[in-house]
Amino acid sequence: MAFLALYFMLTFLALGISLFPILEKQFPDSDPLILLNGFLFYWFLADLLMRFFLQKLPVMNIKPLLVLPIKRGNILHYVLGKSAVSFFNFLPLFAFIPFGIMLILEEYGTTTAMVWMILMVIFTLTINYLNIIIESRSAETELSFLPIVLIASALFALNYFEIVSFSTLLANGINAIDVNPILILIPLAILGVVYYLNYAFLMKKLYVDGSLKAKTKIASTSDMTWTRRFGTIAPFLQLDLKLLWRNKRPRSSIFILIIGLAYGLFFYPNPIYQGLEWLYVFVGIFVTGIFIINFGQFIPAWDSGYYKLLMSQNIRYKEYLNSKYSLMVMSSIIMFVLSIPYVYFGWKILLVHFAAMIYNVGVNTYIILLAGSFNRKKIDLTQRAAFNYQGTGAVQWLVGFPLLFVPVGLFFAPYKLIGFEAGVAFLIILGAIGVVFHQKLMNFIVTKYLNSKYKMISAFEQDN
Amino acid sequence: MIKVTELSKKYGDTTVLNIALMEISKGQSFGLVGNNGAGKTTFFNLVLDLINPTTGNVTNHEIQVNKSEEWKPFTSSFIDESFLIGYLTPEEYFYFIGELRGMNKADIDAFLVQFEEIFNDEILKKRKYLRDLSKGNQKKVGIIAALIGRPEVIVLDEPFANLDPTTQIRLKKLLKDLTVTTNATLLISSHDLGHVTDVCNRIVVLDKGEIVKDLITSAETLQELEAYFSV
Repeated sequence: MAFLALYFMLTFLALGISLFPILEKQFPDSDPLILLNGFLFYWFLADLLMRFFLQKLPVMNIKPLLVLPIKRGNILHYVLGKSAVSFFNFLPLFAFIPFGIMLILEEYGTTTAMVWMILMVIFTLTINYLNIIIESRSAETELSFLPIVLIASALFALNYFEIVSFSTLLANGINAIDVNPILILIPLAILGVVYYLNYAFLMKKLYVDGSLKAKTKIASTSDMTWTRRFGTIAPFLQLDLKLLWRNKRPRSSIFILIIGLAYGLFFYPNPIYQGLEWLYVFVGIFVTGIFIINFGQFIPAWDSGYYKLLMSQNIRYKEYLNSKYSLMVMSSIIMFVLSIPYVYFGWKILLVHFAAMIYNVGVNTYIILLAGSFNRKKIDLTQRAAFNYQGTGAVQWLVGFPLLFVPVGLFFAPYKLIGFEAGVAFLIILGAIGVVFHQKLMNFIVTKYLNSKYKMISAFEQDN
Repeated sequence: MIKVTELSKKYGDTTVLNIALMEISKGQSFGLVGNNGAGKTTFFNLVLDLINPTTGNVTNHEIQVNKSEEWKPFTSSFIDESFLIGYLTPEEYFYFIGELRGMNKADIDAFLVQFEEIFNDEILKKRKYLRDLSKGNQKKVGIIAALIGRPEVIVLDEPFANLDPTTQIRLKKLLKDLTVTTNATLLISSHDLGHVTDVCNRIVVLDKGEIVKDLITSAETLQELEAYFSV
């Protein structure tokens, strides 16, 4: 997480520093500040969307405070105040402050620059509290992200087709405040209103049977008799499928398949990448292996909540791991089949995707299972999904890179020395070797898991 | 039968369990009592090979538990909620455990009928996931699941905690009948001296990891235990 936070901070910082010179250079006739103000509507819209998916609602942690001798009002002020110092509110500052300093250096006047920066902070906080309202309202429904996406797209559409030009309105407002700083009281008042709305809304829900109550879902069951044909691994396969479908976090690795499938569209239609055949390998591994990387890297942490059960029940480790293996193989095959339409961009792509699938099945799956035996981080299945890096250790980050880049390298050598077909054949041969030695490889992996059994059990008991 | 030899578990310099020799014979119902930190759960975890002993070993029907996994087919247990799979319904959980123990759906359905009383209409066909059940109902599911597949050794850590009074009484009867009808070895722990003397025919008191009393249950046992713990 720290890695990602740092990345975003640096990106925003770079943006803040470079934005003014870029705008000045690209649009020499316009005033960069006014130009930027015109775009701020989109910025705020994106900010709102990002928060909705990434920022956690602060409400759930206040249950222990309720029974302490603290006024309810103070609890809420504390919770709302705490959300104001969230990372998501500091992040934009990394862009706004350098830009503000540029304004001072470019002789816009210190007052204008200061007013502008304060204004940005007010807007950021307003979005913060707005998001809490939206999130707590929509959290109860299953497709909870639908309202926000609809609202955001509606605002965007209204603006884009100039039915109501929010971006101009907002820009005019900001420009007016820059000219006449006393008007800053208006956005400040809006912030106050949004804060109060939040306060009033949460006050009503501050009971253990209100928003604090854990939601119970109606269980939907299915027999999944089709899994029977997989023999001894069938019960585990059923368990894994239920794991995937019934928990928010693993469910996201199903949705990510769609992203993976579309990934080729970034590269293949672009003429720049035409003829870069080694790039096909990268895309092919990504498309047919996205589930393997996404789901596989958290084996066996997915089952950390009941690992002791699995370790003391009448279970053979091999069947348990074989089920995970089969699931990954199936995902790879399905993704290959779905990616066949890419043949439109050239038959070589199809060939490379096929080789990538075989390589994923025969090499990458084993690597990721082996890496799993070093897994020491528990996953709480009830946590929400996007950008939740619980369960991620250094090993998990490291494992992604060789999975994606090693096959590119393996393809590259014979491709340069002999030719395209040799590269493809090499990947297929490597994959085939893995498939042939399946039993041996699995036995080896099982011993690795057995060796770290006690360490895993005790690690999965810790709350991290 | 279970045999414990020179078994000890240390965390750093602290010894949490130290048992020189103990045998639990087949069909015995064995109760473990002791205050918090006495080492009860540690002992069960060692029996189930969930932690590694510092010294010594446990054998279960002549199989050393940390050397071979062959004890698993005839041993079952419920230690805590981490033995439940939260995203399954109770039925699915029972079927899953059944599969692992060679019982199909119909077998399990037939098996569950006898526990209707204990389930009290709050478990089955409620369309609820285990994670959404109350603590007491979760416990019921875990205990009943540990009885699936005619195990010869059953390990239950604090089976009576969190249960309502009626269920406690029903569970006591169930466990007593069980050792008689199936000749299974039962290992339980409890903080309720009354329950444990009712159910078990042998009671061992642990204190800071050491055995301080080893009693065959008689009419005076409850008094003796109460006297011991009234300090």
